[in-house]
Amino acid sequence: MTRSPNHPLKQLQDIHRMMERTSKFIGLSGLSGVGAGLFALAGAALAQWYLLTGGLNGYSHSLHYWPAQPHPWGWSPIMFYALDAVFVLAGALTSGIYFTTRRSRLKGQAIWDPLTKRLLLSLAIPLFAGGIFCLAMFYHGFFGFVAPATLIFYGLALIYGSKHTLHDLYYLGLCEIALGCFGRRFW
Amino acid sequence: MKGSISQLRKAFDHRIRLGVMSMLMVEEWVDFTHLRDNLEVSDGNLASHLKALDKEGYIELRKQFIGRKPNTSYRATEKGRAAFMSHLAFLEKIINLQRGEQ
Repeated sequence: MTRSPNHPLKQLQDIHRMMERTSKFIGLSGLSGVGAGLFALAGAALAQWYLLTGGLNGYSHSLHYWPAQPHPWGWSPIMFYALDAVFVLAGALTSGIYFTTRRSRLKGQAIWDPLTKRLLLSLAIPLFAGGIFCLAMFYHGFFGFVAPATLIFYGLALIYGSKHTLHDLYYLGLCEIALGCFGRRFW
Repeated sequence: MKGSISQLRKAFDHRIRLGVMSMLMVEEWVDFTHLRDNLEVSDGNLASHLKALDKEGYIELRKQFIGRKPNTSYRATEKGRAAFMSHLAFLEKIINLQRGEQ
């Protein structure tokens, strides 16, 4: 086990494994993505329910008249969407942290080390830039552009972060960007 | 020339030394605990292998304090990188030779 001069292929496999463990965070769990997606779907369902209950004609429409909008639930559209967003964010983060901690423990990789810090930082830079930009669009009333813009920035963040973790994130990022680009029609 | 090659082989013919160098090839500074946990070795065992690599001039170390805890991290030197690359080339050559025999 300790000496392997006659097994060059085995040595190369060891080298590859060690390099990967040092440069890539392999504890990222696919279930955390599924969890985040479920919370997002729940959030969308809640929003739809809110619109239907209030007899509101669509998301953008509800926001254009937001201060004067009476609603049976007692929340103005802006207030409700903010609460809904907090719910989705909290749910997605909780499930992400839970599943990722579990999996990285399984894989024997530390959850909080220079590697995960770098992964989080590279994900956070495009995400925060995109988040601020989307808030500005939201503030100026370009509601229809917020959803595709979040997809594009999220995709860019994934592509940027994929260097430090599983390469699958790269393709996921490409899909998000494609969705975002075609989220608004050109015609 | 022959002597230097066998010396090179000796530096990398151990799993732990090979593992240390693999990790230092992809990261700038790697600390002791990361090396220890990924190689699953005892502190003393790892320390002796690190000393051997240091003696060859393949790695350098940096001691610093993180809060109150002393922290030692390691980095591959230029010489170490070159030696590792030639070791990889050597492995490749053996594999190709073995393929040819089959």
